[in-house]
Amino acid sequence: MIPGAFDYHRPASIGDACRLLADLGDEARVVAGGHSLIPMMKLRMAMPEHLVDLRDIGELKGICFDGNQVVIGAMATQADVIASPELSEKCPILRETALQIADPQIRNLGTLGGNVANGDPGNDMPALMLALNATYEIHNAGGQRTVAARDFYEAAFFTALQDGDVLTAIRFDLPAPGHGAAYHKQKRKIGDYATAAAAVILEMVGGTCSRASIALTNVGDTPLHAAAAEAAIVGTNVDDAAIAAARATATSITAPASDGRGPAEFRTFVTGVMVERAIRDARSRAA
Amino acid sequence: MSKSHIKMTINGRSVEALVEPRTLLIHFLREDQALTGPHIGCDTGHCGACTVDLDGKSVKSCMVFAAQADGSEITTIEGMAAPDGTLHALQEAFREHHGLQCGYCTPGMITRAYRLLQENPDPSVDEIRYGISGNLCRCTGYQNIVKAIQAAAETLSAPKEAAE
Repeated sequence: MIPGAFDYHRPASIGDACRLLADLGDEARVVAGGHSLIPMMKLRMAMPEHLVDLRDIGELKGICFDGNQVVIGAMATQADVIASPELSEKCPILRETALQIADPQIRNLGTLGGNVANGDPGNDMPALMLALNATYEIHNAGGQRTVAARDFYEAAFFTALQDGDVLTAIRFDLPAPGHGAAYHKQKRKIGDYATAAAAVILEMVGGTCSRASIALTNVGDTPLHAAAAEAAIVGTNVDDAAIAAARATATSITAPASDGRGPAEFRTFVTGVMVERAIRDARSRAA
Repeated sequence: MSKSHIKMTINGRSVEALVEPRTLLIHFLREDQALTGPHIGCDTGHCGACTVDLDGKSVKSCMVFAAQADGSEITTIEGMAAPDGTLHALQEAFREHHGLQCGYCTPGMITRAYRLLQENPDPSVDEIRYGISGNLCRCTGYQNIVKAIQAAAETLSAPKEAAE
């Protein structure tokens, strides 16, 4: 499969990339790791006339800790996330999630920025970013802005990104030390998107849940923030009744497609299983 | 559409070329460089038959444009054996342990295993299976591939231990 023809650009800075995108208009596409875009180009479902590759922009790489806040450059790869000892120690769910994405070769090039910016409901990181209440930093020729992950996803492949925008970084506050978290993903095989998946982060104080975050992957047009399920957990000791309530409210917000991964009813059921397992794991991992 | 001028090192050899930006690395390797070891299997990034080593990382060369690999260092299956033709320990182990049947996945499998053993010289069976999860084999059932990689890991670590 051979993609349509395009001109290839490799700007060296965010400013250069933004200027290029402003000049080239809506015929240009940004490419990060390329592992979502290039397959689409090979199928000619995407035929950009210009490809603006971010790989030479050093300021987009790297994972920084600024006090309680983490800043991950958009071009950090899934392999970079997995290899970061500090991230694995302070927010292990990021590594746990990255390890469930595709396979080693794909994780070597696939980036966190591309995963969250693409708007594909099958991508795993967006739900985690909803759970972490992350914000995305976005640059364009006119300046920069910040959009909360929870406001970013509008529909499948439609996000708050406009023509000319580059998502440059992901920021979030670390969950409290001693938190417990888990990402559970049911998939048919390595490299598949989730039949359903759930990200859960719990903070416990004296045996009572003081804070809960729950978000779901690939069971709707966008990643889903399960706020009502969080409310069912907070203030409880995360017993069976609370878990059952969270499971029921989480599954009630899903609207999965019936596809090769199963009928919608099955995928909704699996969502509940993933939510329950992730809550139980998160609970057992919390101090 | 203007062509891209690219330079890279492939199996230790410096290469320079003008390519259409839409040229995929696998096509550049196979058709321009006559390196037909990396195979096109699925052409969708799933099967791993096109795996090459790019700047010390395993990648699927059907999912990378040649222009993106400008300035990089690439090793393909053709770069595994010594210049005198002596097989790499992995190649020898795949032969010895019958780690292939039709052989279509083998170049990608060995190229991936090569990097896996650089990253983890003494992997467990589970780590090997996880490490090659991006490479599909439809013949062997993987048992002998895993055995071959284990055997190569032993061979590759043996001389170092003997020297210590």
